[in-house]
Amino acid sequence: MAERVGVYVCHCGSNIAGMVDVEEVARWAGANLKDVVVARDYKFMCSSLGQAMIEEDIKKEGLTRVVVAACSPHLHEKTFRRACENAGLNPYLCQMTNIREHVSWVSKDRAKATEKARALVAAAVERVKHQAPLEPFFVKVNPATLVIGGGIAGLQATLELADAGYPVYLVERTPSIGGHMAQFDKTFPTLDCSACILTPKMSEAGQHPNVTLFTYAEVEEVSGSVGHFRVKIRKKARYVEEDKCTGCGICVEKCPRKVVDHDFEAGLGYRKAIYTPFPQAVPRIPVIDVESCIWFERQKCRACEKLCPTGAINFDQKDEEITLDVGNIIVATGWKMFDCKKIPQYGYGRLANVFTALEFERMCNAAGPTGGKIVLRDGKTEPQSVAIIHCVGSRDSNHNEYCSGICCMAALKFGHLVLEKTKAEVYSFYIDMRTNQKGYEEFYHRLLEEGMHFVRGKVAEVTDAARRPEEAGKLIIQVEDTLMGKQRRIPVDMVILMGALEPQADAKELGLKLGISCSMAGWYTERHPKLDPVATMTDGIFVAGVCQGPKDIPASVAQGAAAAARVMAMITKGDVMIEPVVASIIEEKCSGCRICNNLCPYNAIEYDAEKQVSRVITAMCKGCGTCVAACPAGAITGAHFSNEQVFAEIEGILWDAVHGNGGAGVKEGQPVSA
Amino acid sequence: MSETQGKGKLALYWAASCGGCEIAVLAIDEKILEVAKHFDIVFWPCATDGKVRDVEKMEDGSIDVCLFNGGIRTSEQEYMARLLRRKSKVLVAFGSCATEGCIPGLANLSNREEIFETVYEETPSTENPQHIVPQHETEVPEGKLYLPVFYDTVFTLDQVVPVDYYLPGCPPEAERIWDAIVAILEGKLPPKGSVIGANTTVCDECPRKRTEKKIKKFYRTWEIIPDEETCLLEQGIICCGVATRAGCGARCPRVNSPCIGCYGPNTDVIDYGARLMAALASVIDSNDPQEIEKIIQDGIPDPVGTFYRFSLAHSLLRRKRKLIAAAAGGK
Repeated sequence: MAERVGVYVCHCGSNIAGMVDVEEVARWAGANLKDVVVARDYKFMCSSLGQAMIEEDIKKEGLTRVVVAACSPHLHEKTFRRACENAGLNPYLCQMTNIREHVSWVSKDRAKATEKARALVAAAVERVKHQAPLEPFFVKVNPATLVIGGGIAGLQATLELADAGYPVYLVERTPSIGGHMAQFDKTFPTLDCSACILTPKMSEAGQHPNVTLFTYAEVEEVSGSVGHFRVKIRKKARYVEEDKCTGCGICVEKCPRKVVDHDFEAGLGYRKAIYTPFPQAVPRIPVIDVESCIWFERQKCRACEKLCPTGAINFDQKDEEITLDVGNIIVATGWKMFDCKKIPQYGYGRLANVFTALEFERMCNAAGPTGGKIVLRDGKTEPQSVAIIHCVGSRDSNHNEYCSGICCMAALKFGHLVLEKTKAEVYSFYIDMRTNQKGYEEFYHRLLEEGMHFVRGKVAEVTDAARRPEEAGKLIIQVEDTLMGKQRRIPVDMVILMGALEPQADAKELGLKLGISCSMAGWYTERHPKLDPVATMTDGIFVAGVCQGPKDIPASVAQGAAAAARVMAMITKGDVMIEPVVASIIEEKCSGCRICNNLCPYNAIEYDAEKQVSRVITAMCKGCGTCVAACPAGAITGAHFSNEQVFAEIEGILWDAVHGNGGAGVKEGQPVSA
Repeated sequence: MSETQGKGKLALYWAASCGGCEIAVLAIDEKILEVAKHFDIVFWPCATDGKVRDVEKMEDGSIDVCLFNGGIRTSEQEYMARLLRRKSKVLVAFGSCATEGCIPGLANLSNREEIFETVYEETPSTENPQHIVPQHETEVPEGKLYLPVFYDTVFTLDQVVPVDYYLPGCPPEAERIWDAIVAILEGKLPPKGSVIGANTTVCDECPRKRTEKKIKKFYRTWEIIPDEETCLLEQGIICCGVATRAGCGARCPRVNSPCIGCYGPNTDVIDYGARLMAALASVIDSNDPQEIEKIIQDGIPDPVGTFYRFSLAHSLLRRKRKLIAAAAGGK
């Protein structure tokens, strides 16, 4: 029996109708495409009236297939599937084709746009006739959650979930949780002590009965899907047994090897070869840095082992692989600072008294290498003048085009701290002052009143080549002051570079493991930039904090909490619907060649050694089609993407060619109104 | 074919192919007598005397089964294909050439002019100072002589006439030929348009041990003496068995030689070469584009000859595309 297809072409106000002759597309489909019994256009198909129109046609006209030509299926596929379901039609017999993002928004020629829309509608009609009814299935959601990254965003998410009574695994790459916030002295604009507000959260996470901490550990592999992820993490060898160590610190004290701490102290201070990154570290268990430990270098020393009162040092410890089963994953991997050496004209690494923002944070910190004193690289001289350069590596087409968001405020904070702690003059060199959150503009005004000097202009160069006597021995800032409209040379003692926030170096790699994508800049892509800012395109994986894009502490905390709330909603619901768009292996055709076995990005294929066939674990399959394409025997089919469906779609796209119109476009006598 | 109808009528024909299929029919040995018991062979130019005009005189549909081997490369072959289609109840594409073009189909990488130039001018053993190449029409004192038109493109049988069944293989194995004859005799035929044979691939019949596949280097057969027990593909030898329909009993892999794919694709696979390439591309063990490029460049110097050795004429692209315009006059 022939199918009865209904075609619905949406105007989307003028979004589509402004560029595509939607009435003509509907008319053409009704007149030319086989089995189309109804073809209509409508202002807003997604409105309740539009949906009602489809439902009514299904009932009255006995439609067996529905095609909606409108926006992206990401937006409204669910809407139209639900409408079909309401009218008793299996939702998988509804096909959406995108004539907005794929046609009207990317076209300038109305006739050509209309022609393309027609081709897409023809493709959808040919395809939908081959579609089969599918039934979704449900899987239980594991109530445990994995949080990747123990910075403030990850901590917030962890505590929200743990406090709600759900188990959380928190994986942190460095030896302690806390993230960048633990390095800071004060937070803007309220100037709270960063550690004072952070450490209670850290110790709470460390002691919470629902939280299992894995520090000095990294995610190796992620398989499964929403509700039942399986994650392999590698716990790097600390060479200290966690259950024996009391965190007394004798080993650190007695370790004879002192090295520059490039991580926590940003290169400004020292640590031992066995160390905890900072005094309030959670856990307090130290790690041995293999690169600098004397024992690992020349098999001598073992002072820590000899002096440890509980015998916790274990030089034979190996990396440990741990497998975790979780229902959801929150990614909060944070950021790294732009390498300021990439802008050589600012002199970082060459001119001693040029500092990065992170170095300066450590310098201001009372627990930092200078005990909170603001001094030059010699460790004792207080600067008489300080320059703070904004947008180092951000808002710069040579490096990162984006605005790092937080640096203006951090620069103002630095200005305040310098003015508070020293008698120095402070200059800020900014492009635009961006202080658009609560209390931020007020803080800017406070600094104006405190006497910080503001120079609007992008610094050309920081140099020690003096041209005038008063420049001798100073660092000279060469800048065009765009408010005065002239070049200036301002000699200072100290320069602070507000380096850009950048994605972690391995953000893409982790994204691949998780199946989430990154923007061009490298930040994780949220499901919707406005309406779904913490979800990702992969169900069950959420993002929080700076890994999704530069943001300040309050926004990171808000995202952490939001991601936790989304996870809680999943756990409370109890099960998730799995799209029945999955691959399956026809056993009779499978020869067990095992080509597909290690291809599945979701590890959803297993090999039955007894029957010598491979098999798809349906609950883990995401329907990506990798195995379908790879199977040399054609034994794997993808539901909803069968050969028949795909080839019918292609023939539909080529409707003009197939029907002898040679792709000539609109037929004679059917003018497209321009 | 029930006994009451008496003996059936069988025809065999040989178009663009090497003739191996004709011999393969005889490889069923003494069972040929069984065939003779059930069928009158009404047309088999290779083995019996018979004239085209005799076939032309037969009633349409009067031949019960026609086993047609060879692809279609000349106007004469096309004429015979159409004629035998009309006269036969069941038309079987017999062997790789009729089914998917086979080695003659690789000529679709060039066109008539190029082929004639090579064959009648360029080969070292050719002496042709007058540049004589075959012509469709030749004037002689007695009148006009005709040769069949030589097409630019080799076609498979089903690209010219509707085909009822396929019997792949280069040539089809005697056992499979016999299976097909039994199926015809007993009337236990699959749906029209099917291949008479297995629905799985050579790996199913191959005794070698298989594990998950990861390939760092492809070897050509002369570069390596393969281990006798491990999957050849896992050893880096391009064994086409993964993509090739079963039916031969994995003859080549059993003697340490890779499958070259003569049995063609498995059921419902549309493009054999694309399938095989997608499969191999999936198991190359590298993520570095340059390394991948090198693995392919070094190990697969002739991709078309490797992946489309038998199936070029029946592939989605059918022939070298740049020549389409030039070939348009050919047919």
